[in-house]
Amino acid sequence: MKIIFIAWKNCWQKAGATTLTLLLLSFGVGIISMMLLLENQLSDKFNKNIKDIDFVLGAKGSPLQLILANVYHIDAPTGNIKVSEAQKIIKNPTVKEAIPLAYGDNYEGWRIVGTTPRYAEFYEAKLKEGKIFETPFEVTVGSYAAKELGLKLGQTFKSNHGLDKEGEEEEGHDQLFTVVGIYEASGTVIDRLILTPVESVWEVHDHGDHEESAHAGIVSAEDHDAESAHEDHEDEHAEEEDGHEHAEEDHAHEEDHEVTAYLLIKRLPMAPMILPQLVKNTNMQLALPAIEINRLNENFGIGMSVVKAVAILIMIISFLSVFISLFNALRERQYELAILRTLGGRRIQLFILILLEGLFMVILGLIIGLVLSRVGITLLSDMAKDSFHDEFNAMIFLPQEYYLVGVTLGLGVVASLLPALRAFFMDISKTLSND
Amino acid sequence: MAIIQTTNLQYTFSRGPQLIFPSFQAEENSELLILGNSGTGKTTLLHLLAGLRKPTSGEVEVNGVKLNALNGASLDRFRGKNIGVVFQTSHFVQSLSVMDNILLAPYFSNNKLSKSDAEKMLDRLNILSKKNKKTSTLSVGEQQRVAIARALLNNPSLILADEPTSALDDENAKDVLNLLREQTHALKAALLIVTHDNRLKDEVKQRIELTALKS
Repeated sequence: MKIIFIAWKNCWQKAGATTLTLLLLSFGVGIISMMLLLENQLSDKFNKNIKDIDFVLGAKGSPLQLILANVYHIDAPTGNIKVSEAQKIIKNPTVKEAIPLAYGDNYEGWRIVGTTPRYAEFYEAKLKEGKIFETPFEVTVGSYAAKELGLKLGQTFKSNHGLDKEGEEEEGHDQLFTVVGIYEASGTVIDRLILTPVESVWEVHDHGDHEESAHAGIVSAEDHDAESAHEDHEDEHAEEEDGHEHAEEDHAHEEDHEVTAYLLIKRLPMAPMILPQLVKNTNMQLALPAIEINRLNENFGIGMSVVKAVAILIMIISFLSVFISLFNALRERQYELAILRTLGGRRIQLFILILLEGLFMVILGLIIGLVLSRVGITLLSDMAKDSFHDEFNAMIFLPQEYYLVGVTLGLGVVASLLPALRAFFMDISKTLSND
Repeated sequence: MAIIQTTNLQYTFSRGPQLIFPSFQAEENSELLILGNSGTGKTTLLHLLAGLRKPTSGEVEVNGVKLNALNGASLDRFRGKNIGVVFQTSHFVQSLSVMDNILLAPYFSNNKLSKSDAEKMLDRLNILSKKNKKTSTLSVGEQQRVAIARALLNNPSLILADEPTSALDDENAKDVLNLLREQTHALKAALLIVTHDNRLKDEVKQRIELTALKS
């Protein structure tokens, strides 16, 4: 038998009080840990995806929506802009590069984005197999999308119009997209997108007027020719690609082609002064991702701070609960403790006994709380998977959580210290005489 | 050699009477009854003998060791090993079983005793069948047996009993006295019973009467 065993048993002797304390503690710890995990992963996602994008050029509307739709691919686009109209901005000398993004279709709810190979290069997404799309209706698929959709090289599929797989079944297109490549996971938006040349999107919508009730089922073609074309493709691309050239080509082809947005990277520091002038009196807008995301973070931040404050309050109450339950137990059990001394127990052993009882509650509360927060993140991740095709990692342990554990243990010791000291200084003879 | 010997014990409460106790000693296999009405300092004397309280003046010597010379942890250890105390009402660690409660004695006094020693003790006191029960489910008589088992498990040479029978009916009181006596002989210990229970007066020959001595 050990003191630790007695302490453990004592915790459950007063099961009601202990359960209440555990509930409070685990909720406090759980909420704080969940906020930490969420904050960390959200800001990680936001920052990773902003990369060096200085502006997003798109149709008028909410600038935040423009950013969310085109940088993070989680909101509906604000509309389309004419390629011809965008020329004077993307060709401005202050702009180093412009990457076009054209929406229009989805496959099983996963966005098909018409763009140039620069887009994936920009995010440093490497090819895992196959090649990068070259001609219309070739697609290169992000790793997460490929996994979830079960897409393989050489496979073909029909797209659905719009961004949602639901309710659009009547509007399926006839053209077959062919998977020619799959990207490696990059931890960026590329992972959950299906990339195709921007011309695919134009062709679908130019010739796609005749509507048949084709729906997006996987039309699997078992020809694996595509596999023979191998990886080393990206190097060639890296040199040749420049947004300008592409944009020019587009321009040359057709005057009234449309895209959803251009991601712009500036060449000169005065770009923020010059470019906004150029979009004046057009139906386009320039949005700055860094500013919009800052604003979003601020709004988010207030909400998160409130939740954290509530969690801290819950934790303070739970420490009070540890303190009170130990103190009550001490009063009820003073004879028990006196008897332990009579049996040869030393003062320090009683001190440790009470301290351990408090720590047991705190440690258990911590463990339950950390598990709860992971369960919460997993549930959230499932929700995010459904609505954004994105997920959160619940199985990580943040450095901030070590602080959370440390501070909680420390406060647990403080809350147990006074009752433990009282046990230490107890006058056994007096206690036993009060019989 | 006497197991316990006291000389000129006095105790003064900070705001109360001064108690002066007669000196006495007890040998192996001896029984001593300490009688007195309430207010005569019976419990205080018992606590002084057990080293739970320090006397204002005078000495208590157990097995040749002066309790005054010991302090803190070593006194706790010494008491745990050499002195078994039975209280009027038995207090147990509520969360533990009968077995675990009596095992507290060897644990806290660092005595190497096995579970089977504890079972033998419970058997001798006829409560082995209750070993896995919580103490709160036992009758008062059974509880007192468990308390005796706990006090005796370390084979103490001095057994101090504070009103061990006053909460019990005649039959149980007789039982408890007999048990204490038997075990005292088995352990070759000295038994000191502090009581005002008249039922014990006729049973024990050797006795000391405390009178209210105030100055």
